[in-house]
Amino acid sequence: MSGPVLTLVALGGAAPDRASLETLTFARDLAGQLGAPLEAVVVADPTEARAAAAGLAGRDVSSAIVVGGGGLTTDHPDGWAAAIAQVAAERGAAAIVGAGTERGNDLLARVAARLDLPMAANVLSIQAGDRSQLVRQRWAGSLLEECWLDAPVRLLTVAPNTIPAAAPDGSAAPAVVDVVVTLSDADLAVHVTSREAREHAGVSLTDAKVVVGGGRGVGSSEGFADLEELASLLGGAVGGSRVVTSAGWRPHADQIGQTGLRIAPDLYIACGISGAIQHIVGCKAAKHILAINTDEESPIMGVADYAVIGDLHAIVPAVSAEIRRRRSA
Amino acid sequence: MNILVCVKRVPATGGRIVLTADGSDIDTRFLGFTVSPHEECAVEEAVRIAEAGGGSTAVLTLGPAAAEEQLRDAMAIGIERAVLLETDGSDWDPVATARAITDAIRAQEAANGPFDLILFGNESADSGGFQVGIRVAAALGRPVVTGVKSLQPGDGRIVARRETPAGWELFELPLPAVVSVKEGINLPRYPSVPGRLRARKKEIERSTPERRPGGLEKIALRLPQTEATAAEVIGRGPDAAGAVVDLLAKLGVVDR
Ligand SMILES: Cc1cc2nc3c(=O)[nH]c(=O)nc-3n(C[C@H](O)[C@H](O)[C@H](O)COP(=O)(O)OP(=O)(O)OC[C@H]3O[C@@H](n4cnc5c(N)ncnc54)[C@H](O)[C@@H]3O)c2cc1C
Ligand SMILES: Nc1ncnc2c1ncn2[C@@H]1O[C@H](COP(=O)(O)O)[C@@H](O)[C@H]1O
Repeated sequence: MSGPVLTLVALGGAAPDRASLETLTFARDLAGQLGAPLEAVVVADPTEARAAAAGLAGRDVSSAIVVGGGGLTTDHPDGWAAAIAQVAAERGAAAIVGAGTERGNDLLARVAARLDLPMAANVLSIQAGDRSQLVRQRWAGSLLEECWLDAPVRLLTVAPNTIPAAAPDGSAAPAVVDVVVTLSDADLAVHVTSREAREHAGVSLTDAKVVVGGGRGVGSSEGFADLEELASLLGGAVGGSRVVTSAGWRPHADQIGQTGLRIAPDLYIACGISGAIQHIVGCKAAKHILAINTDEESPIMGVADYAVIGDLHAIVPAVSAEIRRRRSA
Repeated sequence: MNILVCVKRVPATGGRIVLTADGSDIDTRFLGFTVSPHEECAVEEAVRIAEAGGGSTAVLTLGPAAAEEQLRDAMAIGIERAVLLETDGSDWDPVATARAITDAIRAQEAANGPFDLILFGNESADSGGFQVGIRVAAALGRPVVTGVKSLQPGDGRIVARRETPAGWELFELPLPAVVSVKEGINLPRYPSVPGRLRARKKEIERSTPERRPGGLEKIALRLPQTEATAAEVIGRGPDAAGAVVDLLAKLGVVDR
C-alpha cells in the first residue's frame, strides 16, 4: 500500500474553503488510484484547525492533521512549508496536493523548493503511475498541457473552479492527529509584520451581479462616464480590459483577465472589448455576456451570447435612458 | 540598490491560440512576442527604485537567441545591463529554469557584486508554474514573498505589500531578498525613442546554460473544449436600446 495523499486544506471563516473542497475531491480520486489513504493537513492555527476537522466528514478523509509548535502561525509561509515537509516525511506521503489559489501555489512551491522536487501548478486531472500523466492549465486556462510528472512524491495544485466539489457522503469524520513540528529561526524569518484594512467603495467587481466592462473602444477615461451610469442603474460595477488600465483610464484594480480579476457575474456587458483570450479567461464564468462593438467580426462575438453592433457611446446612453424611461413610466 | 529582474519571452497571442500541426507548441509564425505584464511591471519597478535611490539594474532571461528583443525592451525603459542564457528555444521545466538562473546569478554576483533585490513576475504568462522565483530564492537562501503589489525600499530592508480580500499584508524583508510582483504595482512607462536607440546599441552578456531537468516534462498541448457560440445580434445602434432593456429584464438584472 502506498503512503497517504496529503491534502492542504485552507479555511474560509471556520470551515474548509471552496477551493479546498474541490482539491479534496481531486485528491480522493488520486488516493483511489494509488490505493492510498487520504489525509488532510488543515493549514490554520491549531484551535481553528481542530474545530474545522469535523467539517471534513463525508469526504473519505482518514486523518485530519493539526500542526502546532515552534511559534508557527498562518502568517509564516516558510514555517508552513517546513511543517508540511516534515509531516510528509514522517507519514511517507505519496503526494501533496493543494489548491491552485494564490496562497496554495505559493505554499506548495515553497514545499517543492525545500524538498527539491518538481511541482505542477493548476492541474485538472492525473493518471497516477510510477510517473504520472497530468493535464494542467497554461495561459490561465486558455491552453492545456499534457505532461509527465516523475517524482517520488507527487506535488501539485488543483486548478480552482474546474472540478466541482463533491457533496459529502456517509463516510465518517476524520480522526484528529496532532503533530508538533520543529522549526528553525530561518523557517520563521519571512512573516507578515503588519496588516492594513482597505476602504471599500461600492459594489466589488467580484461580487457584482452585473459588470459593465470597457475596452479600448471607450476611448478615454471620461468615456467611462456612460458605463458608470449604466452600472449604477443596474446596481453593478465597472471593470475594463488591460488596454484601459495600461492607458491609465482606469486603475489596475478594475482589470479583468489573466493578470487581473476573475469575475463571475450574472451578466457581463463588454463594451468596446475585442475578446482577447487573456481578457476572456477573466470573464468566461459570467452566466451571460452581452457585447457592444462596432465590429461584427470581433472575436468577442464568438464568446458573447448576445450582441449589439454599433458605437458604444451612442448605445450605452440610449440603454440608460430607456431604463430610466421605463422606471418613470 | 543593485537589482536584477528576470523575464520570459512569450508569444503575444490575441483572439485565439493556434497550435502547430503536431500539437507540440503554439504556432508563432504570425505572432509577435512579449513578456508577462507582471514582468513588465517588475522591470518598471526596478528602474524606479534605482532612479529614486541609486544603484544598478540588470535584466536576465533564459530563452532562444531571439529573446534578445525582450532584453532590449527592458533596456529601452532604463535597465542598464542584460544577460541572455541562450537555449535552443525548447521548453525548460521550472526546476531546470530555476537551476540555470541560480547559477547565472551566482556567476553575476561573483563578477559584479551582490544583487540586493531580485525581482520576478508572479507567474510566467505561458506556463504559469508559480514557482521559479521561490526556487531561486530557496537555492540562494534568501527570503521571498510572492504576489507583491507595492515595494518600499528602506535601509538594508524592503517592505513588500500583498493584497488580500480584506486589505494589505505587509512583509518586512532584510536585504538581499527576492520578490515576485504582480501587475498593478505600477503603471509601466512607454519607452522613449532615445531610450530605444540606446538599448539597440548595448552589449548583451551571453552564455549557454546546461539543461538539468527536474521531472516535469511536456507531452503535448491542446485547446480546451469550449462551445463555439455565435452571439445573437439583438440590434444595431441606439435603436437597440429597447431590445437591450427587454433582455436585461428577461435575465432579471434590471428592476423597474
Ligand atoms: C500575458 C498577457 C496577459 C494579459 N492579461 C490581460 C488581462 O488580464 N486583461 C485584459 O483585458 N487583457 C490582458 N492582456 C491583453 C490582451 O491580449 C489584449 O491586448 C486586451 O485585452 C485588448 O483590450 P481591448 O479589447 O480593450 O482592446 P482591443 O483589442 O484594441 O479592442 C478594442 C475593441 O473595441 C471595438 N471598438 C472600437 N471603437 C468602438 C466603439 N466606439 N464602440 C464599440 N466598439 C468599439 C473594436 O471593434 C475592438 O473590438 C494580456 C496580454 C498578455 C500577453
Ligand atoms: N525562461 C525564463 N527566463 C527568465 N525568467 C523566467 C523564465 N521562466 C520564468 N521566469 C521568471 O519566473 C517567474 C515565474 O515563472 P513560473 O514559475 O514559470 O510561473 C516569471 O514571471 C519570470 O520572472
